[in-house]
Amino acid sequence: MNNQTNSTSSQMTPPLYPAKTKAQVTLIFFIVIGFYLFSMVWTQRQMVGGFTDALGNMGVVINKFFPPNLSVIPAVWDPMAQTIQMAIIATTVAAILTVPLALLSAQNIATFKPIYITTRTFLNILRTIPDLVLAVVFVGLFGIGLFPGIIALIIFSLGILAKLISETIESVDMNPLEAMRASGGNVFQVIYYGLVPQVLPQFASFVLYVFEINIRASVVLGLVGAGGIGLVLDQQLGFYNYPNVMAIIILIFIVVLIIEYISNKLREALI
Amino acid sequence: MATYSLPPKPKRSLFKKTKRIMIFLAIAAVYVWTFLGIDVDWGRAAERAINNFHRVIPKLFHPDWEATGEVAGKMFETITIAFAGSFMAAILAIPLGFLAAQNMSRSRLLTASGKWILSAIRAFPDIILAILFVVAVGPNAFAGVLAIAIGSTGMLGKLYSEVVESIDMRVVEAMEANGANKVQMLFYGVMPQIIPEFLSYAIYRFEIDIRASSILGIVGAGGIGTMIIFAANNRNWNEMGLILLAIIIVVTVIDSISARIRRKIV
Repeated sequence: MNNQTNSTSSQMTPPLYPAKTKAQVTLIFFIVIGFYLFSMVWTQRQMVGGFTDALGNMGVVINKFFPPNLSVIPAVWDPMAQTIQMAIIATTVAAILTVPLALLSAQNIATFKPIYITTRTFLNILRTIPDLVLAVVFVGLFGIGLFPGIIALIIFSLGILAKLISETIESVDMNPLEAMRASGGNVFQVIYYGLVPQVLPQFASFVLYVFEINIRASVVLGLVGAGGIGLVLDQQLGFYNYPNVMAIIILIFIVVLIIEYISNKLREALI
Repeated sequence: MATYSLPPKPKRSLFKKTKRIMIFLAIAAVYVWTFLGIDVDWGRAAERAINNFHRVIPKLFHPDWEATGEVAGKMFETITIAFAGSFMAAILAIPLGFLAAQNMSRSRLLTASGKWILSAIRAFPDIILAILFVVAVGPNAFAGVLAIAIGSTGMLGKLYSEVVESIDMRVVEAMEANGANKVQMLFYGVMPQIIPEFLSYAIYRFEIDIRASSILGIVGAGGIGTMIIFAANNRNWNEMGLILLAIIIVVTVIDSISARIRRKIV
């Protein structure tokens, strides 16, 4: 897009960018387009029929999913509630565990460098693993059920939460903390009276944000056997019972929207 | 020790006090509901964990190097899925982003409908979209591309609309006053202000999509996820170790490259 604007402008005015930049941008542009076209071909190589067939197929599929069988919703209400409970427990535990981790990975609190670097690296590695992959491993470890799902959510949200909060801690005003230290406060007093009041609103807001992420993650954890509504979804998919699947998807959609709305309002009130 | 005293606490009005109590009760109710409702067999989980621990954890740290070729191939497919999906989303999100931006149209209805469409898309987890597309186009990588493309459009459209809302409208107004038409205003007033940030967000979303596309195979939408689910079903934890290692390496490398590019652009 960038070079399009450049070429049109060059007809009327002297060129805005030097020729070298233009050449670079054009090259990058073609590499990106080239890799995109290659990716499209590569991902479709195993597809029967190709792109045009797929579009026709969509119409057929939409008919399969509709009308959704809304009468299953009372029956799946229980797993849905369990999904939400899973997210609540996981968020709570993660919020507690994150406090020491966030303190240790904040540069201005953990002044001992090796500690800071180790926790940072640990959290960075933790964040690279997707939630469902964690769930697969924990289902292997603990067996099918809610428990592996909760553990997977805790570990997953710990990575995000500790990073966000340690960044908040790093951006606080250090002057009151130094004043307290100078007048003889010990480490815990400095943290409690100097740091906590500055970080608390952000902390609450991030916890709610992670709760939203956890709700969205927890609805699909069941696909790998980690409990909740996803388990029912997986069963119904296995039976090719598409109207039921659609009803569950609609339920998930509505619950996620409602929880996100509430959490957004709370966050707006907090900050 | 207690020779100093803290300054007096500010007095709170009755309304604030009741509000606080109400919030506290609401939170307490949520927790009571949670802990009464959840049924986790803690004992069995712990027993299983003790029995399985030595069968799972040590093997994860001894990756099965013989599967390297297959893992690398699937990981490459994951990258192509994420790339094609992000690229499509980066384009699809542009009209939606403009639609949802408040300063681009005077009709509140249009803006609201744009925002509504975007938040509706965002409410769908990627993997649910993948389920729908696997049914539509069959269990292959292209279903993953479509799922990523649609799933990313929700977030990118929202970020784009925020970028558009934050531009300096005085430039556009000055052009309008000088008699520029709508197309000229778009190309010379709006575009130069938004392109770097649009690009930066698209690249950022590509980072997220690498993670997202690595799990789509669980529902049959191609990529490394296919191997994850096979390895888990066969209890082949050595192979799982290698897959985890591959994900960690690829995600870390792509994150650091993209962070570097984004710092250059903006």
